[in-house]
Amino acid sequence: MALIDLSKKEVHCKIVYYGAGRCGKTTNLLYIYNAMNTKNRGKMLTIDTKGDRTLFFDLLPLNLGKISGFDIRIQLYTVPGQVMYAATRKLVLKGVDGIVFVADPLRVRKERNKESLEDLRKNLKDYHLNLDEMPLVMQYNKRDLADTPIPTLTIAELEDDLNKELKRKYFEAIAIKGNGVFETLKEISKQTVHQVAVKHLLTTL
Amino acid sequence: MPDFVLTSSMLEKSKNILVNSLINAGVRTVLLIDSAGNILVNLGQTADEIDAISLAALAAANLGATAQIAKLIGEDDFTLLFHKGKNGNINFGRIGNDLILITIFGEDVSLGLVRCRITDISESLRIIFEG
Repeated sequence: MALIDLSKKEVHCKIVYYGAGRCGKTTNLLYIYNAMNTKNRGKMLTIDTKGDRTLFFDLLPLNLGKISGFDIRIQLYTVPGQVMYAATRKLVLKGVDGIVFVADPLRVRKERNKESLEDLRKNLKDYHLNLDEMPLVMQYNKRDLADTPIPTLTIAELEDDLNKELKRKYFEAIAIKGNGVFETLKEISKQTVHQVAVKHLLTTL
Repeated sequence: MPDFVLTSSMLEKSKNILVNSLINAGVRTVLLIDSAGNILVNLGQTADEIDAISLAALAAANLGATAQIAKLIGEDDFTLLFHKGKNGNINFGRIGNDLILITIFGEDVSLGLVRCRITDISESLRIIFEG
């Protein structure tokens, strides 16, 4: 649910990084937080457990500058990926405007990726949202593992598992080093702001 | 949950109500947010004193979690939530379907007064934002 503040000329959008546990959602936000100028980002809020796993969500507010006189403010959220946190995952999706689906390339996580995408679809449906109509970007993370002996999925396999029907833009990433992180953010921000602008006939955006 | 368009007129009317009813009664901070964690109205403190963005996100999540707890014990929802601190207290209340009113106040203001005032203004606020 975007908030369009006509008095302050601001557009607020919520983008959620979704995906199975340990796929690198928080790593994406941390890289963005460390790389961005303090003028353009707010404080990063994170609620995690002792084992550094996200318990509730991470939040990073960003200012993406002005477009046609409107300040574009984006709030990036992550969800807890672990299966047992189903209820909190759903709560974080409330009012979502755009989604980054982060996929884990480990071959042993193949089914987890598919289950997480299905879980996303179901949770959105409960909020009367359709994944097929949402701004969505796929991020295939940890690509550096492809050069190691660890069994990983190829891009073709990930595409076949997750993006065959959705046919959304995807980015290869090594979030811990920053590769693909800003490319993903730029694309999802563009799609999300465009959708809000079209919906509200803010044709100047 | 549709997108929300906030106009100057909505902002002015709601600010007047919140200042007259709560800020003038001694409440330190008033935040009106939606259930996705967006801030609609922020009164009573500066950005240096409080991280309103984080507070709004946590409050929305807190009330969302509380609603799930309510369902587990057979209730539809808990409409009020209150935390008492040493120097400050915080009260969360639902306004209509999608709004949350957060008030922060010290020991010099009674919880009863705050709740009475919130009850008095809830309907007016709901009409402004939800029609």
